[in-house]
Amino acid sequence: MKKSFATLLALTMVLTLCLTGCGGGGGKRVVNVCGWGENIDEDLIRQFEEETGIHVNYQTAESNETMYSLIKQGGADYDVIVPSDYMIAQMISEGLLEKLDYSNIPNFDLIDSQYKNLSYDPQNEYTVPYTWGTLGIIYNSTMVDEEITSWSALFDPKYAGQVGMIGNPRDAVGAALLYLGYSVNTTSEDEIRQAYQLIADAKANGIYQGFFMDQLYDKMEAGETAICAYYAGDFLSMHDNNPDLRYVVPDEGSNWFVDAMCVLAGAEHKAEAEEWINFICRTESCLANMDFIWYASPNQEALASYPAYYEKNNGEALDPALYQIMAAPADVLERCEVYQNLPAGTLALYSELWVELGIE
Amino acid sequence: MRNKRALFAVPYVGWMALFVLAPIVMVVIYAFSAASGGFTLDNFARMGTYAVVFARSFKLALIATAVCLLVGYPVAYMISREGPRFQRIAMMLVMLPMWMNFLLRTYSWMSILENTGLLNRFFSAVGLIGLVNRLCGTDLAYFPMINTQGAVVLGMVYNYLPFMILPIYSVIEKLDGSLLEAARDLGANSARVFLRVILPLSLPGVLSGVTMVFVPSVSTFAISKLLGGSNELLLGDLIEQQFLGTAYNPYLGSAIALVMMVIVVVCMAVMNRFGEGEEQAVML
Repeated sequence: MKKSFATLLALTMVLTLCLTGCGGGGGKRVVNVCGWGENIDEDLIRQFEEETGIHVNYQTAESNETMYSLIKQGGADYDVIVPSDYMIAQMISEGLLEKLDYSNIPNFDLIDSQYKNLSYDPQNEYTVPYTWGTLGIIYNSTMVDEEITSWSALFDPKYAGQVGMIGNPRDAVGAALLYLGYSVNTTSEDEIRQAYQLIADAKANGIYQGFFMDQLYDKMEAGETAICAYYAGDFLSMHDNNPDLRYVVPDEGSNWFVDAMCVLAGAEHKAEAEEWINFICRTESCLANMDFIWYASPNQEALASYPAYYEKNNGEALDPALYQIMAAPADVLERCEVYQNLPAGTLALYSELWVELGIE
Repeated sequence: MRNKRALFAVPYVGWMALFVLAPIVMVVIYAFSAASGGFTLDNFARMGTYAVVFARSFKLALIATAVCLLVGYPVAYMISREGPRFQRIAMMLVMLPMWMNFLLRTYSWMSILENTGLLNRFFSAVGLIGLVNRLCGTDLAYFPMINTQGAVVLGMVYNYLPFMILPIYSVIEKLDGSLLEAARDLGANSARVFLRVILPLSLPGVLSGVTMVFVPSVSTFAISKLLGGSNELLLGDLIEQQFLGTAYNPYLGSAIALVMMVIVVVCMAVMNRFGEGEEQAVML
């Protein structure tokens, strides 16, 4: 349905592009990038444009799933996209991504080897890591008496009406699976149903205010919501505005995720795309980006030198506890699992249960 | 002469065909297709699961429409009775909120209705919460308003009320004054003039107002997400999930959208039957 409309739109855009290209005589070089909102220091875009003369069209998507459906519908003319691990695996398996020419991305060598050859791209042919981080519990220490260390906080009746559950099925069910002692990548229908039941019961018992995503920024900062599950980088942004907030990666373990840059199959501006990726991998770019979005960079040198960079820019030392949240140390990561792409049947079960949750 | 003038309608007809008719045709095609291609009715077979969502959406939209009518009609009536200067200002005020983005407006209602929001802070500052606690023996720290069905209905009423006021106002405002005078001359008191003359004559405005409030209310998804906390799916959420969510199933999404459209069209047709005879202004 949307496809033809989107195709039409795309055609118009391509036409305009061609026309402006012809009009300009030389043909302006362009790269179309799609990432999350608030997920890049926009000065980097200007800097890249000045250095290379390549115009960057930066667009944002709300979630992995939105990005996926936009691409699947065929209306997206992105060259570079920045999805998360499990979505990358799904896109690779569906042939939506293009293999990269790493000789055009020399800065790939700056990336720490622990973020290479991960399960979503075992031969590392398609991706260059952009950021990484953990999922954890954020809570307001003035509203919660204890120190939270377990996912049980999301299902505990004593927090009735104070919990903002995360609004996407993979993370919500993931938290429940971890609490029950299962793997976040389980394909066992029984285990997934148990996890779902845990959430459904908690919802029926009035533990949740609702299922939120980015509304959590406002709700946590204002003290409206006492406990939620969200991402480390976003916690640091919230903490900037409300120092009473705390972050913990629960004892049962969690998800650690990698968002990586990929090039769409058949991308029109592959050379420009690789130039962009190479630029983003520079240590200086990574430092600027980290300072803006608070997500850890996979660039080893940038990550290690970030506290010094912060001190120089802000005139005060970076709280080591916050740095540990941003760049989770090895013993925390040991407890965490990367999401793997689930088989189609399991994905269908996830979305079916998620709808069921909203029907009840 | 007539035919030449019809030429002016060509751009509009073309526009409608491309952006209204074509998408509807595509919805119908998708609704009857399987993901693997080919004709299927499977998408509709699953509709029973969503009966609750349909019922909930229609219930909330009906309540919102009724509230809009109860609030909007007197407002439209009173405005139309005033002088032209007042009318202009009043109309501007009615439309003023629409100058701002719909999502922003709804987002701000979130901070108004929250437990720690503006309203609750105000209520506790003036001692209303304490008073209610003493009178009812309750122990409330705040009035729970956000993330409830009530908040969703409020969001619908707030956002769509102008669509109720405007058509009613424009119909009443154009009423032939001599009809009202005739009624009075024939001995009707003002209540009777209103009930027997103004109300029936304003029905077309009411019908278009009802349509313009009900249809967007029944298909909304942003309001239930922001003010309802996504606790209870509405039709709009359900359809959105099929297109942009984890589910990605445009076939099922189209089927749900199609069923919704059919129900809405039937409702509107039945309602327009009611107002037969004075339907110049009724739009479907």
